[in-house]
Amino acid sequence: MSTVLPDQLGHFGRFGGRFMPEALIAPLDELTRAWQEAMADPEFTGEFDRMLREYAGVPSLLYDATRLSEAAGARILLKREDLNHTGAHKVRNALGQALLTKRMGKTRVIAETGAGQHGVATATACAYLDLECVVYMGEVDTERQALNVARMKLLGAEVISVKTGSRTLKDAINDALRDWVASVDKTHYILGTAAGAHPFPAMVRDFVRGIGDEARAQSLELLGRLPDAAVASVGGGSNAIGLFAAFIPDAEVKLYGIEPGGDGFETGRHAATISAGQVGVLHGARSFLLQDEDGQTIESHSISAGLDYPGVGPEHAWLADTGRASYRPITDAEAMEAFRLLSRTEGIIPAIESAHAVAGALDIAKELGPEATILVNLSGRGDKDMDTASKWFGLIDAPEAGRE
Amino acid sequence: MSEVIALGKAGAAIRTANDAGRGALVAYLPAGYPSYDGGIDAIKALVDGGADVLEIGFPYSDPVMDGVTVQRASEAALAAGLRTRDVLSTVEKLASYSDVPVLVMTYWNPIERYGVDRFAADLAGAGGAGLITPDLIPDEGAEWIASADKHDLDKVFLVSPSSTDERIRMTTAACRGFVYATAVMGVTGTREKPSDLAAPLVARTKAATGVPVGVGLGVSNADQAAGVAAFADAVIVGSAFVKVVEAGEGPAGVRRLTESLAEGVRREPSTAASR
Repeated sequence: MSTVLPDQLGHFGRFGGRFMPEALIAPLDELTRAWQEAMADPEFTGEFDRMLREYAGVPSLLYDATRLSEAAGARILLKREDLNHTGAHKVRNALGQALLTKRMGKTRVIAETGAGQHGVATATACAYLDLECVVYMGEVDTERQALNVARMKLLGAEVISVKTGSRTLKDAINDALRDWVASVDKTHYILGTAAGAHPFPAMVRDFVRGIGDEARAQSLELLGRLPDAAVASVGGGSNAIGLFAAFIPDAEVKLYGIEPGGDGFETGRHAATISAGQVGVLHGARSFLLQDEDGQTIESHSISAGLDYPGVGPEHAWLADTGRASYRPITDAEAMEAFRLLSRTEGIIPAIESAHAVAGALDIAKELGPEATILVNLSGRGDKDMDTASKWFGLIDAPEAGRE
Repeated sequence: MSEVIALGKAGAAIRTANDAGRGALVAYLPAGYPSYDGGIDAIKALVDGGADVLEIGFPYSDPVMDGVTVQRASEAALAAGLRTRDVLSTVEKLASYSDVPVLVMTYWNPIERYGVDRFAADLAGAGGAGLITPDLIPDEGAEWIASADKHDLDKVFLVSPSSTDERIRMTTAACRGFVYATAVMGVTGTREKPSDLAAPLVARTKAATGVPVGVGLGVSNADQAAGVAAFADAVIVGSAFVKVVEAGEGPAGVRRLTESLAEGVRREPSTAASR
């Protein structure tokens, strides 16, 4: 299978491309050139590697989760991206794009954020590299992730609460794009996931693909062979494509993307874009999306703010279409059960996003049997989710305690 | 020959205005705002006030090229239940109301969802003149271009101050009707002062094509319209009309603003007369 996708115009098969205002086409061309030149320049890639190693704590550990494995009935390896600086895989992309911003001679960065992880990673990279930083965040998300808003502000970023549309991640992206079209001369938009117009899906993938490259080498060292399956949660899809990229040519490694099933398919309240959406165009690319009969975007629902997005990156759409990866939903309740299980068996409190991947791995373990080894991307840590978890499990004695 | 073909319906109306020694007025309002019937009455008032070409906005959930005024109107229209078929029937009612060409300005996904060729057929059947596509560039537009040509519809793509000369050549070659030149780097909305990016962009565009060039983004009053008409073939006004509707001034208010803008595009000097 080819790994040189996308083509020159950013197409992964029938997905991807550029559905963007003409005003942004020349800047996207400039970005594509700058990124390709940077990736071919040892000085840039060397500095990126140095930042990841010395500042972000990469490579992250591959951890043999023996007690979780016992509970799962198959061997589970966790790629510990939760141990990275800022607590998630997102720092890889933010550092890569921030370094590219400097290289392009731009001084201002904008970003969107859902859960706040990408916003925090971007604010961190901007503090580290001395760049002005503005983060767009849906009003609903600023409320459910107030701690991350405080972190971004402390790091020197301006956080703009987006009050239009569904007031979540998709609307934050809309407002960031509106800012960008008016400010592109001096501003780079650090998109937080492997979605959007070309070159973002490929560029973000390349900045986060260290997850899979490292895990592949670590697996060979630990097992003497590759794992049987690689599992990651999929919202926009950056942690999953970061894990998958290295394994796409390894046909014997099954790839599983775990989508947010929300309250369950039958309720219509979910964010399982590939499992339940149709092909369409959103935020600059053709992919799967949640839309109504008329092509209007449907609001997504997930207990995880980071997965609560009605679109998905075009490379995932292509991997699903070609059958190279399979995608399945995990409900809020299943994810929270895995959240508790991982906490109790391994002393690791995962991000709720990552808990979806763990829950998916528990099902896949049953399907593949006790001899299987399953690699799971533990994409982030759960500190930011303690308020949600406390309410879900009734851990705090307060009048408002209990399920949301 | 290509000049004749590329004029299309909107282009012919613009050239008629230019031949009379003035700029053309292209006027925008969204379908379904403030209500389905109220939207039709407001758009009729654009015709009554002297608009040369109509742009009917197709409300969309994620309008990234639009400022808050159009966003709010789009949200209100969708919340009230506006459907794709209502946009098409709005076109049909306006097309039968007068001879003023009726274009639909739309983000791409609703068209792709409806079926590109099916939409082109139904738009032509409703008497519509074509589409303005703010997030579809010709590079991704092969299916639409084929369907538009098949159903004899105008294809209005955008050029921007950031466009290279090469992209302007490629984009204008794909246009029929007119070329939509965005006067500013930014989203729709009224602006205090005219953009100094518009005139150079129009000059670069005219160097590449004989298709009429309309200038939009930020024009809201007669003085601004007169200023733009001095170098462009058509002046495009949108958010200013939406604000009038939002303020509850109704069709009478829309007509007043249209008449004022129509006076603006008739002021001397208009280079259009020299064409």
